[in-house]
Amino acid sequence: MRSYWVKTVGIEVNGRKIDWVENETIKQLLRRMRYTFPLVVVKINQKVILRKDFPDVVVPDNSRVDVIHMISGG
Amino acid sequence: MVDGQIPVEEYETGNTKHKWNLKKIKSSHKVLAEYDYKKSEIKNGFANRTLYINLGTNQIKEKKITEDMKKKFTGGRGFGLKLLWDSIKPTTHWDSEENNLIITTGPFCGITQYPGCGKSLCLTISPSTDIICDSNVGGFFGPYLKFSGFDAVEIQGKAKEDVVIVIDGEKGKISIETAPLEETDSHLVNEQLTHMYVSEDSEGSRQNVSVVSAGTAAEHSYWGCLNFSFWDIRRKVARMKQAGRGGLGTVLRDKKIKAVVAKVEKFSGLQNNPADPGSLAKLGTKIHREIRDLDRYQCNMRTVGTGHLVEIMDEYDLLPTENYRFGSFPKASKIYSPNFYKLFTKVIPDGCWHGCTMACAKTVDGFTVMTGPYKGQKVTVDGPEYETLGCGANMSLWDPLWILEFNFYCDTYGLDTISTGTAIAFYMEMYEYGILNKERCDGLELCFGNAEAALEFMHRIARGDKGEFVGVAAKGIRRVKDWLIEKEWGDKQLIEDTGMESKGLEYSEYVTKESLAMQGGYGLTLKGPQHDEAWLIFMDMVNNAIPTFADKAEALHYFPMWRTWFGLNGLCKLPWNDVEPVNNAEADDPSKVPEHVQNYVELQNAITGWNVNKEELILQSERCYNWQRAMNVWMGRGRRKDDWIPYRSMGPVTKMEYVSRKERYDKQLVEILGLSEKEVEDMDIEKKMKLLYDYKQDQYQKLADAVYYRRGWTPNGVPTPQKMKQLGMDEPKMLKMIQKKIDEDEKAGLNVWGGKYKRGENPPSKDLDYWEKG
Repeated sequence: MRSYWVKTVGIEVNGRKIDWVENETIKQLLRRMRYTFPLVVVKINQKVILRKDFPDVVVPDNSRVDVIHMISGG
Repeated sequence: MVDGQIPVEEYETGNTKHKWNLKKIKSSHKVLAEYDYKKSEIKNGFANRTLYINLGTNQIKEKKITEDMKKKFTGGRGFGLKLLWDSIKPTTHWDSEENNLIITTGPFCGITQYPGCGKSLCLTISPSTDIICDSNVGGFFGPYLKFSGFDAVEIQGKAKEDVVIVIDGEKGKISIETAPLEETDSHLVNEQLTHMYVSEDSEGSRQNVSVVSAGTAAEHSYWGCLNFSFWDIRRKVARMKQAGRGGLGTVLRDKKIKAVVAKVEKFSGLQNNPADPGSLAKLGTKIHREIRDLDRYQCNMRTVGTGHLVEIMDEYDLLPTENYRFGSFPKASKIYSPNFYKLFTKVIPDGCWHGCTMACAKTVDGFTVMTGPYKGQKVTVDGPEYETLGCGANMSLWDPLWILEFNFYCDTYGLDTISTGTAIAFYMEMYEYGILNKERCDGLELCFGNAEAALEFMHRIARGDKGEFVGVAAKGIRRVKDWLIEKEWGDKQLIEDTGMESKGLEYSEYVTKESLAMQGGYGLTLKGPQHDEAWLIFMDMVNNAIPTFADKAEALHYFPMWRTWFGLNGLCKLPWNDVEPVNNAEADDPSKVPEHVQNYVELQNAITGWNVNKEELILQSERCYNWQRAMNVWMGRGRRKDDWIPYRSMGPVTKMEYVSRKERYDKQLVEILGLSEKEVEDMDIEKKMKLLYDYKQDQYQKLADAVYYRRGWTPNGVPTPQKMKQLGMDEPKMLKMIQKKIDEDEKAGLNVWGGKYKRGENPPSKDLDYWEKG
């Protein structure tokens, strides 16, 4: 069975469920999601995390993460 | 000094120098008409008059701007719409005598205290779409037009021979002069005319002249752009910015205008006479600091311009490659911004108007031209900006030097890079399928990646080549689709689905397959698929922040209105959201960058002396947006059928596309269409594609339903008299016209929802006459 059929508990990023990785920081999560755009706002369970704290803040299990990409471009 | 920056005093472009007998060229001019006017001061951002020129009758006159016109149309693009309404007919085509080419400013235009305040808005009836096209552009012309005493210039009629129009703000004189000996290609004619009309032989004086022109290809193509010059005192070059979309340059050359020149005696940051200069300076200082301190950690616009988007779009599968078949490509890293940074000349500042700290206008100086009439010469290439780089990807050109070559020739020939690149990409795909071939392409091997063939195609357009293919292909994708179908050279459905145009205008450079809202951002627009109304891909596809039709419709109401507002005021949108305040994340709705929106509220009050709030800014736009849509209806367009988009912008047209993203599409069949995994495994690819096709087409119609409803339009997309009255746009002729069109639609059974609603699903309203309640 391929990976995308697997129902995971874990974390929700922008409304999509993904695996939780122990001790994963926001910076690492963004890399895993291939979110390379620099203008992002990150909230964990509705709480805004400052950009300077991305390398240090660890994403807890069962959390809801919002990675809001600003519009830019266009 | 930043790393790599060259001291200005030591800088030489290395460009090929031209020697012209300018006295002889100028003495060959014959003055056809002259008009002296009284110079006057600008008050609160407005010159309070417009300039009217008719090249058929050589009439030149002034028109007053009334307070009612400001109240209803604000300025800039709004003024352009009003002037068009007063001057054209519903039957006016792009090449009609009465078609009007309008360049407008807006109350912010010419301000130097805040970044991005040098924009002009250009409007005309487009050869590509046969409806109004508006296009914004930097460069010095707009501010100089206003400093010369005019909020807009409108040009009707056609000259009998090539002319230049000179707006001499120094002397207070307008003239129409024959121009038989000037060059036509923009990088040359802009330089010639700058030298010719300069008051004294100095760099400072040359900076007081700006030229608008279109090159030789604009005469033979529907993609003609306008090149607005700005003299760069460091490079000693007439650099250019383009009003690219919709064939404005084609109209300029059809009127036999070689160039329009504006010159001023001087300019200063306070020439707009703002109502409250103190507040203006305070707001400016704040944003300048923000850009200086934050840009390098955010979009890096000051270093690489909009080109930084290439790597981001590639990473998110949004960079159009091979005619939008794919959103990323293994070779894409060859055109990432660091590769262009190496080529850019590091002389700063690099803005296209004074005081713009965003300074995103980059150049490559001393570029050696590889093909065509300027082969071997060294030139300055402005850009390339993201859209031009996206065209490179779309044509599968991965060599930065060929993209620069494409960029240079598009600009100097007066071709819109977006339409040219998108169209060539389509022709290349047709070539790959054998629908086009070498014989049918007049001997051109127009396959993906063949840069030399693409350039040769452009040279032939510029030369006015009489080949059947070149003649049709230079008019754009819509005409080529019709031509291919008429010739029965390929499958009609495939041709319609893959040619990336809507309303006759070519798409700009974003892949929208996974963002329904952005499909609407391209299709449910006034002029056609250009990203300057709404760019919602991240908000929709990545953030998943607007999941319902109502959410998407709200975004497709707010953002087009907000973006329209920049055009009403003579503003660039980049300083709004390509840099954000450090605490933007903590704002209620960070996507709107609320602090910057508030800046604009305060700026408009500081400049005009008005007392508006942020809701009023949206209302200003709503008035003009609805007016433009109503004008489209007046011209026989502006209905649901006109908001059609090709399927390539919704989903996979070919098996290759499906297979390349199989995991994604299979998953959609399971998660969205409710098929079992087994059913998907067993299903053949044609069936899977058909299911997706039907689903996505229906989604788009449902989106249109929601958007029309949100905008207060009929289910067929027509602004209603009730809505117009609510906005204060109560001109009886307009109200009568739209009521008549609505009644015609009613008779024809067109006032119905477009989506197929199943049990449990609801259209935006069960009452189809909802608009009559006002």
